[in-house]
Amino acid sequence: MKRLLRGARIIDPSQNLDGVLDLLIEDGRIRSLGGTTTAGGDLTGIEEWDLTGKIVVPGLVDMHTHLREPGFEYKETIRSGSEAAAAGGFTSVACMANTNPVNDTRSVTEFILRKAREHGIVRVYPVAAISRGLRGEVLTEFGDLKEAGAAAFSDDGKWVVDSSLMRQALEYAASFGMPVISHCEDPFLSKDGAMNEGRVSTELGLQGIPSIGEEIAVRREIALAEYTGVPVHIAHVSTAGSVRAIREAKKAGIPVTAETAPHYFTLTEDLLEGYDTSYKVNPPLRGKRDVEAVKEGLADGTIDAIATDHAPHSSIEKDVEFEYAACGMIGLETALGLSLKLVRDGVLTMPQLVEKMSLHPARILRIPRGTLKEGADGDVTVIDPDVFWKVRVDSFRSLSRNSPFHGWPLQGKAVMTLLGGEIRHNEL
Amino acid sequence: MKLHSKDILGMKELTPGEILLILDTADSFAEVSTRDIKKVPTLRGKTIINLFYEASTRTRTSFELAAKRLSADSINISTSTSSVVKGETLIDTARTLEAMNPDIVVIRHSASGAPHLIARMVRHSVINGGDGFHEHPTQALLDMLTIRRRKGSLKGLEVAIIGDIAHSRVAHSNIHGLTRMGCRVTVCGPAPMIPRDVEQLGVSVTCNMEEAVRNRDVVMMLRIQFERHRASFPSIREYAKFYCLNEERLALANPGALVMHPGPINRGTEIAPDIADGMQSVILEQVTNGIAVRMALLYLLSGGSP
Repeated sequence: MKRLLRGARIIDPSQNLDGVLDLLIEDGRIRSLGGTTTAGGDLTGIEEWDLTGKIVVPGLVDMHTHLREPGFEYKETIRSGSEAAAAGGFTSVACMANTNPVNDTRSVTEFILRKAREHGIVRVYPVAAISRGLRGEVLTEFGDLKEAGAAAFSDDGKWVVDSSLMRQALEYAASFGMPVISHCEDPFLSKDGAMNEGRVSTELGLQGIPSIGEEIAVRREIALAEYTGVPVHIAHVSTAGSVRAIREAKKAGIPVTAETAPHYFTLTEDLLEGYDTSYKVNPPLRGKRDVEAVKEGLADGTIDAIATDHAPHSSIEKDVEFEYAACGMIGLETALGLSLKLVRDGVLTMPQLVEKMSLHPARILRIPRGTLKEGADGDVTVIDPDVFWKVRVDSFRSLSRNSPFHGWPLQGKAVMTLLGGEIRHNEL
Repeated sequence: MKLHSKDILGMKELTPGEILLILDTADSFAEVSTRDIKKVPTLRGKTIINLFYEASTRTRTSFELAAKRLSADSINISTSTSSVVKGETLIDTARTLEAMNPDIVVIRHSASGAPHLIARMVRHSVINGGDGFHEHPTQALLDMLTIRRRKGSLKGLEVAIIGDIAHSRVAHSNIHGLTRMGCRVTVCGPAPMIPRDVEQLGVSVTCNMEEAVRNRDVVMMLRIQFERHRASFPSIREYAKFYCLNEERLALANPGALVMHPGPINRGTEIAPDIADGMQSVILEQVTNGIAVRMALLYLLSGGSP
């Protein structure tokens, strides 16, 4: 089977490539990339797609998502989450360990991988827990989990408070060549918090989560990375202070990488004034200065990746009093549309955006994705950068509806997603 | 002139004109409670539900008497927020009550924003009887009525609010209401009880009680809930030493300054007994005016005009 994607602007930061080229996929792999003549050979049995005006990029990689299965299948399943990912232009997703049971043993990792392969919609990379039961007490079996197919370790949702345990996690993970992702939040400072601490939390009478709760945790991870020499990845950066700390660390040569999520460069805490729980997320939406700092961090390379932190919740968790509501918003189907605005606003170039949504997350996770090099798997996302569309939660593939972007007009989206050369989502 | 919303959710949403309307209406209702027969037929046939998720004596009694003196039918539902763990959701409870066609539901809840959640869902009016650390608008209105009846006007008055500002819905509502009506408000308390960025609400901040009281026309003390916020200060003894309103401190205020407290008072903690019972204290007038303010709100939300 051969597929020829013709006439699109092809952007592949892994080979510094940006131009109108034809892409030939054969037997599931990238066969050739070139001028329109390269495909001039044997045209029999070739499925051709005229993609003039579109942008073709390596399949997007979401390094931070919650698929909820096993345990919370009424919120999301590996299948529904995979479909949402493909619809959003993602071909690979890394799913966090806070399922029930927690992904802290080989059997859970294997279950997730088996389900994902059965559906075969996107590639799923399980992130296993750092500590058993996410309790922050005892390390999980990193070696066994790696053999089972875990891609990284994280206690996402919780910070590993015990600095000694986190040091051990970094050193032990490094001995297996595995990345560690840290959810940075000092639980003493954020205790009982429902939103960012500041004028709005004071007015709303909600317990605040101070920015320093994140920043203190970020600075500890940086100190550990410097001391051990082991890379650490900071999840969902949301504050100006975190961006500054990571920027300084990178300048000092400390091996730290970072991601943010679209809501942290799009939304501010003021939106909580009506107590709408769809804006409740952890880390919380911050102030305008933080949003600007996150954008600057993306622009100058301090923040390496854009991830969704796709966190499905049902109305059971969300249609309640604000302080009782669960944290999190879904993002797989809106992330690209929201991120493309960064390109139109001049924050990022289109190749930089592709780096942050495909090449960099693949590199941080050390997985062979994010490239259109000859011989690579045919994971490809076709983007229409111009199309106007309106976010409608009832048309989402995700089982959950907890998006604050319902009704938003967006420009640009994924119109076709190919996994191993096979079409997994198609709006053309 | 009418209220712009079907609900009274907070002082933040009320315009100066609406506040004046409520205070003027309350003034005219105050007289009813002084009669031998304390009842007028104004709201006959109206149904008012007091839905209280938090223990309350004075607020619930005040609302109930206000309804009864206007001849409305009122019932009280007292329940515990622990039911959120196992029982019905707040929205389901609200819809169930709505199906019984009440005209007004007064809700008190320990979660900030709970009345807003209900108000969005139902057709009838909702009055916030106190939500979490957010607002307690009827308390602020009765405080403002009390000040106005004593001082003639609110404009230009110097008001100190002293106590656990961060966890006080009374403070939050009074900050909005008093600043809107032209008072200059200073908030005071131990630093851990001062919420972040509170000065952005248009108030001055000090942690020094003497400074807070000096040259004020009104000194409003807040109840310290040590059972709730033990972590915010080392001991009651230390709190009382630095923040109890006593004779020496009150002497720093302007002559004739009013001493207020939303109750229930902790004698000897935030207020000395002789001050609570003294000449300048209007604490019991606040209670009396509470009924008039709540009568005014029930009346105005039922479509009445002054």
